[in-house]
Amino acid sequence: MNKNDTLFKTLIVGLVLCLVCSIVISSAAVGLRDQQKALKQEDQQSKILSSAGLLSDNKSIEEIFLLIEERVVNLETGDYEDSLDPISFDGKKFESEDYSKDPLTSILLTSKEDISSLKRRENFIKIYLYKIDNQIEAIILPIRGLGLWGTLYGYLAIEPDLNTIIGLEYFSHKETPGLGAEVDNPRWKAKWKGKKIFSSTGEVKIEVVKGLVNLRSEDKGFQVDGISGATITSRGVTNMLTFWLGEMGYSKFLDKLKQEINEEDELNV
Amino acid sequence: MSKAKEVLFNPVFNDNPIALQILGICSALAVTSSLYPTLLMCIALTVVVSLSNLLVSLIRNHIPTNVRMIVQITIIASLVVLVDEVLKAYDYETSKAIGVFVGLIVTNCIVMGRAEAFAMQNGPWLSFLDGLGNGLGYSLILLVVATFRELLGAGSLFGYEILILTQNGGWYLGNNYMVLSSSSFLIIGLFIWLLRSWKIEQIESPEFKVARNNLESKEAGTKI
Repeated sequence: MNKNDTLFKTLIVGLVLCLVCSIVISSAAVGLRDQQKALKQEDQQSKILSSAGLLSDNKSIEEIFLLIEERVVNLETGDYEDSLDPISFDGKKFESEDYSKDPLTSILLTSKEDISSLKRRENFIKIYLYKIDNQIEAIILPIRGLGLWGTLYGYLAIEPDLNTIIGLEYFSHKETPGLGAEVDNPRWKAKWKGKKIFSSTGEVKIEVVKGLVNLRSEDKGFQVDGISGATITSRGVTNMLTFWLGEMGYSKFLDKLKQEINEEDELNV
Repeated sequence: MSKAKEVLFNPVFNDNPIALQILGICSALAVTSSLYPTLLMCIALTVVVSLSNLLVSLIRNHIPTNVRMIVQITIIASLVVLVDEVLKAYDYETSKAIGVFVGLIVTNCIVMGRAEAFAMQNGPWLSFLDGLGNGLGYSLILLVVATFRELLGAGSLFGYEILILTQNGGWYLGNNYMVLSSSSFLIIGLFIWLLRSWKIEQIESPEFKVARNNLESKEAGTKI
């Protein structure tokens, strides 16, 4: 028998190898953790800023992000949830998605309510307010919903009038490259700016139409060109906006925010 | 040609892991829709295969024969995790795009194949070169595939627009087939065809001949 094949040698080689490998890997993981975290955070922040068109070449992301105020919102009541610290409020991919899995912090959606195939909706969600001199300049709301192949995750930025869209930016999706993945195309994203959300009766009217928006239509202010070849993705985008801006989404919060902004305006006058 | 040179450059054209041995096709299909992630994937695989060859070769005289595969895969898996961690720390955006495929280098037959077939029998330096050569051979095919797919599918190379797409107001209608993974089969197939027309010795002798249809052969017989 070869001296390498004894039980003793086999065990020793296995043990030493595993030990060496685990030490190398764990030290790499620990050593690189801070840098990975920083990159991940920067990526997320850049998407948040980009949705509101705040990225600029001569300022670092960190610098611009100082103007962003993070708040946790209770979607049930529409109030700020100050018992939860926005900084430690962190999930894995989508900040609040983890909350949507726990029955204590989420509600089950009925099939009629669940137009965007979320199954459960979390009660707490982190939103971002862009403020200059304590005045809200933009509200950035995380949204998500089913497209064709999977869930799209993104940020919707709206003006302080709470009715005009500044931009829509997806940071994670599984749509087909060249078709549904055109949600990332800057030309398509640019079409969102200035579109209105609510009809005069307060219903969510914004939608992605099939084909091009009819420029003579009365509703053109509420419509965005569809992505050709990606009907289901386009419909998914409409659905998730309808869901998140509607009754089960941010509507209570937006109502309260509107009051708050109006009161502030009166004070300023 | 010296032995070292031969070991390094043979896998590029003469003994290409993808074109001749038809190994590692999975990642060649999956990550090649654009050039930049493909390049990173190639670097990742080349690093893993050369280092795993080097390390396996260094300890080859101490590896017990009956657990040698486990030892090899432990080394390979550790290297892959290491590469993945480094990638995450330096290029988060791309690692998000190719994340799972970097992890899947573990299962790439080229890596395990080279460790078992070459590194177990050769010294560290030659093994390292063999790994590097196979990595280059793999990279060559992936980059060729990615060049065609990105240019014809998205009209760009490394993200720079070359053929301006109709979506962006240009004239080029992107070829949606090139965006799908299956187009890599076509390109790899064409590459193998070109390679074997150039290096005729790579053409395999057919394993069997298709028997002629009975009726046909009878007719053919009567005609004679």
